[in-house]
Amino acid sequence: MDWFDDSALTLAVFLPLLGAVAVAVLPRERDGLVRGTALGFSALALLAGVGMLARFDYGAGAAMQFEVARSWIPSIGAGYHVGVDGIALPLLVLSLLLSLLCVIYSFRFLPEPRNPKAFLALLLLLETGMNGTFVALDLVLFFVFWETVLIPMYFMIAVWGGARREYASIKFILYTLIGSVVMLLGFLALWLRSSPEAAGRTFDILALQELGAARFGGTFGTIVFAAVALGFAVKVPVWPFHTWLPDAHTEAPTVGSVLLAGILLKMGTYGFVRIALPVLPEAARTWAPVLGVLGAIAIIYGALCCLAQRDVKRLIAYSSVGHMGFVMLGIATLTPTGINAAVFGMVAHGVITGMLFFLAGSMHERYHTRDIVELGGGMATLMPHLAGVFTLACIASLGLPGLAGFWGEILALLAAWNPAPGLSVPLFRTLASVGLVGTLLTAGYFLWLIQRVNLGRVPDRWGGKALGDLAPLEVAAWSPLIVLMVALGFAPGLILWLTNPSVTGWFTELFALART
Amino acid sequence: MPIDFHAILPELVLAGTALLVLVVDLFVERAKVVASWLSIAGTVVAGIALASLVGGGTRSTFGGSFVVDNYALLFKGLFLGSLLLVLLMSQRYVDAGTSYQGEFYFLVLSSFVGMLLMPSSRDLLMLFLSLEIVSATGFIAAGFRKGDARGNEGALKFLLIGVLSTAVMLFGMSLVYGFTGSLQLGPIAERLAQLGDEPAAVMAVFLVITGFAFKVSAAPFHFWAPDTYEGSPVPVAAYLSVASKAAGFAGLLQVTFVAFPSYARYWAPAFAVLAAFTMLLGNVIALAQTNIVRLLAYSSVAQAGYMLVPFAAGSSANPAVREEAFQAVLVYLLIYAFTNLGAFAVVTLVSQRQPANLISDYAGLARRAPALGVAMTAFLFSLAGIPPAAGWYAKFVIFKSAINGDTVTLQLLVVFMAVMTVVALFYYAGIARSLWLGTQPEGTPEPAAPRVSPTLGTAIAISAAGVLVLGILPNLLVQYAPVSTLVAGP
Repeated sequence: MDWFDDSALTLAVFLPLLGAVAVAVLPRERDGLVRGTALGFSALALLAGVGMLARFDYGAGAAMQFEVARSWIPSIGAGYHVGVDGIALPLLVLSLLLSLLCVIYSFRFLPEPRNPKAFLALLLLLETGMNGTFVALDLVLFFVFWETVLIPMYFMIAVWGGARREYASIKFILYTLIGSVVMLLGFLALWLRSSPEAAGRTFDILALQELGAARFGGTFGTIVFAAVALGFAVKVPVWPFHTWLPDAHTEAPTVGSVLLAGILLKMGTYGFVRIALPVLPEAARTWAPVLGVLGAIAIIYGALCCLAQRDVKRLIAYSSVGHMGFVMLGIATLTPTGINAAVFGMVAHGVITGMLFFLAGSMHERYHTRDIVELGGGMATLMPHLAGVFTLACIASLGLPGLAGFWGEILALLAAWNPAPGLSVPLFRTLASVGLVGTLLTAGYFLWLIQRVNLGRVPDRWGGKALGDLAPLEVAAWSPLIVLMVALGFAPGLILWLTNPSVTGWFTELFALART
Repeated sequence: MPIDFHAILPELVLAGTALLVLVVDLFVERAKVVASWLSIAGTVVAGIALASLVGGGTRSTFGGSFVVDNYALLFKGLFLGSLLLVLLMSQRYVDAGTSYQGEFYFLVLSSFVGMLLMPSSRDLLMLFLSLEIVSATGFIAAGFRKGDARGNEGALKFLLIGVLSTAVMLFGMSLVYGFTGSLQLGPIAERLAQLGDEPAAVMAVFLVITGFAFKVSAAPFHFWAPDTYEGSPVPVAAYLSVASKAAGFAGLLQVTFVAFPSYARYWAPAFAVLAAFTMLLGNVIALAQTNIVRLLAYSSVAQAGYMLVPFAAGSSANPAVREEAFQAVLVYLLIYAFTNLGAFAVVTLVSQRQPANLISDYAGLARRAPALGVAMTAFLFSLAGIPPAAGWYAKFVIFKSAINGDTVTLQLLVVFMAVMTVVALFYYAGIARSLWLGTQPEGTPEPAAPRVSPTLGTAIAISAAGVLVLGILPNLLVQYAPVSTLVAGP
């Protein structure tokens, strides 16, 4: 199985791209063939991911596995260096899974102007960008994959989006680009300082990690961390860089929202965990209180905004701001527990919020409105199965113990109670308390949402209409997510078991902590 | 001293083709298209002649005024490739509009002879002559649509500005000659270094640079470009915005990095200001355009601004930094050429049915012709610098070369450039969006899908393939840039 170990990541990243090209050249009239091709390529990519899960050496989770290092652009010293450890693998598999589910979902649910051929080609191109970001171990490669998601997502929103799609799409791409060009300048600064000799300079993330603590300290490190973190923070998005998110999520087609919330936001937090923290540990300590405060603000701000929303989709979008606040709080503690919580939170949020956006899309398909007041309640009577899934996803999202949303939040709060040495304990304990208030608010708005949408009498205007409960295709696209929501809730070890060796591996070295 | 005819073979072939086209055209009554095929054949033969020079080491003739080295070969390859694309996109365009086909191809080919001479020119006189061959034929080609008022205005502006810039440059060159007693770039560099800070010599250097700044349409010397591009036949606008600009940069690279390196502490900061101003002006004015050719004109002004950024690193004491700055300009030009020619090829195609060249003509183009839509989208995002289109790499090397300079000025300049690329994305993405989902105004019928002629289709396909393949594997082309450096050691 050596060939598999050598090519698994390349397959997982580039099979979707091949699929995109294949879909693009197929004739538009052959609808079945177009869909089959898209399904086939994304399923094969997922198969590569499952194969990696099976062959991953769990005993050596700290090290990079399935690593490939080839020369790519030797004239600038950038290499095709990819690999996964316990942190990247769960995110990669999540990306592969969600993409496949999105392909399946868009078989039936695709807004005007339909055109499944173009949509699926973009979706597959997007998947290549997302998968690549999680496996790249070279800054230039990372940057290219990072930017590759922009064009397909821009068109998904601009072409298939809602009424204000023009505004939302351009806002999304401009915000992200300003973040990423500044991030690129930070990468170049790291490259410049990686060696005094031109010949020794490198873009390799692992090599930069080795150098990190010694070379990138002081003012230089502080500034570069700010530059790099800006790129990541816009993507996460960290408050106050979040304003593109509600518009983009609300206007995007269902599949676009699912992938935006499920994967694209995680690229930002993953960037913090993979690049910003390990390469610039000293600067990370300087900036950690800021990140923590911004995370705590996001938690409260997201929850308060949710309380004021009438649009279901916009509400879910703002709930993402809050949830990503917990992830950022976990990262800001600079403790193994905090990072574990962050990675767990990323996966859980991807599963749950992905699910919620699917639900919002399906509700819109039936009601042709997403306005909570117009929906008027009674979904539990009208469509009991859909309402049941909706309730499950909502309570998972509010962090009920036993479901996936719980662990990321509770671990982040625990980590904030005991932040890394050198960070202000009173500050982080305050942040933890603020976060705790946030969980209460989150529970509040989700329960209120369930009450207003599911319960009550069916308004007359829906009474006579056959809205139709869950379709088989929805069951197919959603069941993996439902299973994961419950499984990760009962057995958080499924993820933590993977992430912990990697996290503690480099944390003990970089932040000089005792192995926990 | 015998002349090395092999060294000048590509230029000879091209010049011969130009004359042949002019003569043959006189004797052909109906099948005027023969002029186009003859030009294409001549370009291919010139390309073969060029290929025969590759790997043959450095050749020098005419007493060292004309040198064929890797730097020159790279540029000549770029020019011949551009010429081929321009000829392919001209065929149907010229065929439809005028009976003066022989003259048109004669002018285009002659202009490219000047371009081929440019990177080989190693003295001021040769630089001046090749620049004039490029420009003089360009003036006429720009005014080729005789009956069109805009064409006349554009060509006249181009002529007046061109003559003015030439006069300024020539004045500067004569002063340089007076101070150094030499026309050759190498000796000029040595004598200027010995001369030290002579104010009049510094002024002379700036006059020469100003002359070239007109050619590359750097702000505030850019204002002829939008009018001229708009009035020209679209293929001429394409070559003015790409090949003629590249020729200007070839000359600028030589005078700054080879002839005037000892005055870099004066011109490098000036280039920083020039670059910032050019980027700002090009991008901000492009935001307000409604005509696609004018938009591409302002976008090409902004692109020139990006290419001027590495010049600001020219004063570095570290030769590696200067070398990288030099190469960054080359790489940018190579990728920009593919991208912009491709965009203009699409404009040529659309202008056959909608000659007004309005941006609104492009609304929904991708629905009518999806392949064309994909190609144009790739060109636009390449100009914006977003992967997987090739433009990201061009921007990347500019950023890298400037960061490499490691001075506060350069750091501020790259941050400014970063902001400018975001501004630029606004208008590029706007057109890209309109391509896919724009609609014609109420009551206007949806235009028919454009008919793509085989030659124009080939031009678009080559550019699009170039943009997409180079975006993923930039090394295929840019690996040649490092071997082509002219920058002297410390």
